[in-house]
Order: sequence, then structure tokens, then C-alpha cells
Amino acid sequence: MKQLMTGNEAIALGAWEAGVNVVAAYPGTPSTEITENAAKYDELYAEWAPNEKVALEVAIGAAISGGRAMACMKHVGVNVAMDPLMTVAFSGTEGGLVLVTADDPGMHSSQNEQDNRRLGRFAKIPVLEPADAEECRDFVKAAFVISETLDTPVMLRLTTRVAHSQSLVEKGERINRELPPYRKDPQKYVMVPANAKPRHTVAEERLLKLKTYSDETELNRIEKNSETIGVICSGIVYAYVKEALPDASVLKIGLSNPLPEQLIRTFAASVETLYVIEELDDVMEEQVRAMGIKTHGKDIFSLEGEVFPEIIREKLCGEKTVPAYRYDKELVVRPPVLCAGCPHRGTFHVLKQAKVNVLGDIGCYTLGALPPLSAIDTTICMGAGIGMALGMEKVRGKDFAKQTVAVIGDSTFLHSGITGLIDAVYNKGCTTTIILDNHITAMTGHQQNPLTGFTVKGEPAGKLHLETIVKGLGIDRVSVVDPFDLKTFAAVLKEELATEEPSVIIARRPCELLLKGAREACYIDSERCLRCGKCLKIGCPAIEKTGVGKPPVIKSELCVGCGLCERVCGNDGVITKVGE
Amino acid sequence: MKLDCLLSGVGGQGIVLASRIIAQAAMEKGLFARTSETIGMAQRGGCVVSHVRIGDTVSPLIPLGGADLLIGFEPGEALRCIAYLKEGGAVIVSAKAIQPVTAALAGKSFDASPYLEGLQRQAGCVIVVDGDAVCKACGSDKVLNTALLGAAAASGRLGLSLAEITAVLRAKLPPPMVLINEKALQLGAAAAKGE
Repeated sequence: MKQLMTGNEAIALGAWEAGVNVVAAYPGTPSTEITENAAKYDELYAEWAPNEKVALEVAIGAAISGGRAMACMKHVGVNVAMDPLMTVAFSGTEGGLVLVTADDPGMHSSQNEQDNRRLGRFAKIPVLEPADAEECRDFVKAAFVISETLDTPVMLRLTTRVAHSQSLVEKGERINRELPPYRKDPQKYVMVPANAKPRHTVAEERLLKLKTYSDETELNRIEKNSETIGVICSGIVYAYVKEALPDASVLKIGLSNPLPEQLIRTFAASVETLYVIEELDDVMEEQVRAMGIKTHGKDIFSLEGEVFPEIIREKLCGEKTVPAYRYDKELVVRPPVLCAGCPHRGTFHVLKQAKVNVLGDIGCYTLGALPPLSAIDTTICMGAGIGMALGMEKVRGKDFAKQTVAVIGDSTFLHSGITGLIDAVYNKGCTTTIILDNHITAMTGHQQNPLTGFTVKGEPAGKLHLETIVKGLGIDRVSVVDPFDLKTFAAVLKEELATEEPSVIIARRPCELLLKGAREACYIDSERCLRCGKCLKIGCPAIEKTGVGKPPVIKSELCVGCGLCERVCGNDGVITKVGE
Repeated sequence: MKLDCLLSGVGGQGIVLASRIIAQAAMEKGLFARTSETIGMAQRGGCVVSHVRIGDTVSPLIPLGGADLLIGFEPGEALRCIAYLKEGGAVIVSAKAIQPVTAALAGKSFDASPYLEGLQRQAGCVIVVDGDAVCKACGSDKVLNTALLGAAAASGRLGLSLAEITAVLRAKLPPPMVLINEKALQLGAAAAKGE
């Protein structure tokens, strides 16, 4: 029976059908649900690794020992995993190895948009690009065949619209793959120069074989139609081209690295005007041009964001879509906000009051940058804030460091914040680092991590102890505060900022969404309310300004009764019902 | 049958589940279906848009001016997506506005009426559902999505019957949730018929 499933669910199904033994990943939108779904299959091992580099290394070990393995991550996660990737591209593996990258053109929930097809080319490995859920399943299986036939890791590249779109998939059978005996082969797997040099030769020869394969495989196919317009496209753009230009001839690229040169030449010769349409970079276009073929591409399309069917129609047919209905007045923007009851709100309130420089990081708490909290100076990538604080200190001196904090989540700290903190200890910084310990990896939808004590399958796991880790790194000043205990937090912050040694404050309170118990909503006593607006400045979605000179109103359906507004209130005007 | 339905609203309103119920009901009828959802940061009280395409399509996204039906979980968010509506298409919209934090802070009034008027001025067929009343009657603030599905089905614009939606609710929801959602579906349907 066919089932509706997302691209991510279909990737997990494909891995299961392909007889995969190990799936390792670090959560990141839009890739997270692949591993969550893979974990539902009893026949395979799935794990959340502390970061993407470790995830890929786990997968590499599993594959070199003879298993089939898959590592999954968002596009920026591949940056973290590049080190092992670039060398396993030389060594190859015994069992199949597939790296799933979920790119995010349009930056629905990412700090940048980068085209990871370039990273696949850079690593000289094949890149597959499915267009919908059924292809996700089929391409995973194809990827393992290619990986084992040509002894190469394979990159499977999704984009948000493929990962998060549903279509119908018929569930198949899991293949019964015998695990081969473990075979030592140091010349292939010990990548010292003497061994790596011949492996580079192998990698180059492999690319030549892949080129031939690319021309022969059904993953790349010509859909002949009108000769006026021919479009070369891959992934989700294929779907948009079929929507926008039902009459055009299409060369659908499923294997985009290496490109099928002969097929492209044949196709180009068969149409009057050739277009390469792709989201983000001109990865295919520049190669087509290098073949000496005339084509349109980024001369008319943007290098930024997504390509939509209406953009294709406008660029190729000159037909601008004029919707029947329009609303010309400006609509109020609706940015995402920290949830009602979010513990981070207490932290950012304290930091804002203290008027410090805040070097932020990637997670829910990045939302502390938005008004009215507006409490973050920088966000670059996971783990960056701590090292950046040290860099600022080395330029601007200790007095500046005494007004500066690095803020990082618990899972993010384990991902890549630890090394920054090591640097602060080693190179005698006096940075104050605040670790926001909310007991979960929240932003991506509540994934377990090494501090929670559970695996991705929900089974009991090894549980790390944050204070012990931090002390073990050589931090002597470690304090734990409740981010809603504003007075204590502010006092501890003042003290730690003043010291001339690195210190860590753990702001510990579970993510509000983990708390199932119903608490009564707060309310505002209109007689005691001073109309000072302090409660509005914490940016809680449950508090609504009703008009000038009127007391704000707390929306009972959104309020979770956390009581933070009561604590910031200037005149006990906010009342919590808890404990009454 | 071919039908494009766009659902828009605010994170946490059950939009993704509603779109999956529509797609599942279409699939049970033997039709092809695709959905596409914006999730991620949008969960935190931001805008959520979900595309549901029933029938033979390749792209998961409804083109601008292509939606037969727009289900708005919030009047302003419905209006934000009005350009997706096909000429003569229908709008099912919850009457209740949800104030964004930006408006709360600025002290801007955030009233549903200009948005509802905007919708009515624009689209020909607009059905406003008092979702709050349905939620109160059902004793749960989590049934707005089902109420709107009920209204959409009863309007005849969704191409799916109340019975077909009910069957999916029974199969897809946890058993304790089924009864109140069936009630919300019926109340939503009654609202659409002006009962």
C-alpha cells in the first residue's frame, strides 16, 4: 500500500530497505526527521552524535568494518564534517557509505545558504539529487550500489522542499545483506602520504568511471518535448520546471556529480535554446559552459534563494504572474519568538539589564537577538561565541572582557563549544561563558543529547555531567543558577564578569515544552498595574498591549504561568495563581 | 479531481496536521497527493504555510494565483497569502486575530476586522468561522484545525466529504482525541452552512 511520507521519512525507509546497519547524525533543520524515522526501525542502529564530524566518523568506521552506513546533517553540518569527508573520499570503505546533506535555499531556518553540491565536487564524490519522496527512497538505494561498486562515499543532497514535502511511497522489503568478515587493509585505510598518494590516483580514476556511468545511468534522463526550450535541472527544480513549462524538453539530472557530458551534448543539440536552472550556485551551468555549450542560467536567474515556478515562467516566457487578489497594505510582520515560559527569556532579560556584550550561538536562544529583547551582538555558527569572546578580549583588553559574555546552549556546547572554552583556559582569557542548560536539543524539535541520558530511540544512555566537564577543562569558577531567579542570576553575573579568570555560569531550567503539568495562567491586576510596560519588554507572546494608558492583558490560552512577568513587574501588578 | 489548497496561520495551530489529514483523505479516495510545509523556526510563533495538492502534480508548491481554497487559521495570515488564491477561489478563515509580539510591543491595535474586511473585499467566497466558539464548545483550544476542516468540507470547495475527513481523524488521531475532534468537525461544518 502506498503511504504519504516526507522526503526525510523516505530517506529513512530507503536506508532500511538498503539493509543499512548504522545511521549517525546531529540534528539540524531540515535534516532532523531522517534520523528520528530511521530510529523507528529495529533492524538498524541509529544515534545522535555530539556533532556532524563524529557522526560521519561513526558512519565511516561502520562502513570500513563492512557495514552499510549513512550520516545525515544539514548543509552547514557538512562544513563540520569536511575533515573526515575529504580523506574518506580517497580511502573509500568496504560497505557502502552515504552522506545526506539537507541544504536550505531561502534560509528557512539557517544562518547561511550554501550549495553543498560544490562540496561534493570538492571531495570528488558522486552527488545524487532526488526530486520527491519516492526518489528519496530510490536514490538512497542507488547511492549504496554506487558506493560499493565504485568504492566511494556518495553525497545525497536534499533541499528543504524535498525534505519537508510529502508524496506517495510504496514501502518495499529490506534486503538481506550478509556482513562480510572484517578485513585489515592498512594501505587503503591508513592515510599516511605513502598510502594516500596511490589512493588519490584511485580517486581520480574513479571519477572517470563515474563520468561514463553518469552518461549511462537512468538517474539522468531526457524527457523529450518541444524543441524550442530545453532545460537542464536537478532536485526540486525539476518539479518546478514541469509545473511552469509543461511543454519544454527537460534533461533531468539525478546524478549531478559528475555530470553526463555526452547526454548534455545530445540534449543541447536537440533544442533551440538551452537553460540550466538551479537554486543557489551555477554548479551545473559553469560545467556546461566549460564544455563549450551555449546556455542561459545565472544571466537571468538569481544566485540567491529559491527558484519558484512563477519565477521560471517570468524569466523564460516573459509572463509575470498577476494574482487575482492582492492586499497592498502592509501586514504586521510575525517573526518567530521564544515560547511563553521559555527559560532563555530570563537569561536575556538579565543580560539586557546588565548592558553587556553578548556573543551568541545557534539555537532557540538566537531568538534573543530579536526585539524587544535585542540582547545578542553576534551569531556566526555553532560554538563560535566562546572563541570570539577570547578574540575580542585580545584586541580590546580585559576591561572589555569584563563586559562581555558568550552564551551557548547545552547541546551546542558539547557540539563545538568545548574547544573554545579550552582555548579560553589555555590562553588565559577571562571570558564569562553562560551555558543555557534546558535539558534538550530544543530548536530542532526536542532531540536527545549526551546530557539528557537517553538515545534517539528513547533508551537509557550514558549521561554526561556538565559541571564535571567544565571543571575538568580547568574552569575553577562554575556556578549554577535558575534563569528565572533574576536577582541571583544578576548578582552571580556581576561577580563572574569582574573576575580575571575564565568562568562558567550554567543557567539551568528545562525547556518549557518539556513540562507537561498544567499550571494556571498569570493575570494582571488592573488596580495595581502602573502601566510601566516592563512586562512587555520581555517579549512574551502571552502578554498583549491593549492601548495607551491601559494595563496589558495576559492571554490565558498562551500563558503557562511561569511567573517571569511577575518578577519583572514594578509594582506587584502581575499575579501568579500558583500557590494560592 | 485536481485541487490545490493552501493553509496558513501561526506556529502551534495544528496546520501541519490539518494538511496531512486532507492529503490522507484524498489518498484514501485513490487520488495522488503532495504536501509541503514550512517548519523549523516557524514553530516558534512565526508564520506557517502548508501547501496541499490533490491530483496529478509534480511540484509540491501551489503556484501564485493557483489555490482553489485558502484555509486561514488567522485573518492576517490568510490575507498574507491571498495572492495564492485563484480567481473565484474560496477562503475559509478563523475569525480570531493573533497579535504578533511586534504589535504587542508597539501598542498597535490588532483587530481582526480590517483583515476580515480585506479578505471579503478581495475574494468572492469568504466563510468566517468563529473558531473560539467551537473550541469553547468542545472544551479544547486544540481543535481549531478540525473546525476549519469541517467548514472547508461543508463548503463543498474541498472536494472531500465530512465522512471522508472523519474516517481519517479516526485512523490518525489518538483515541481519546477522536470524539472532541469529530464534534469540532461538525460544529465547523455547521458554521460554514450558517447554522
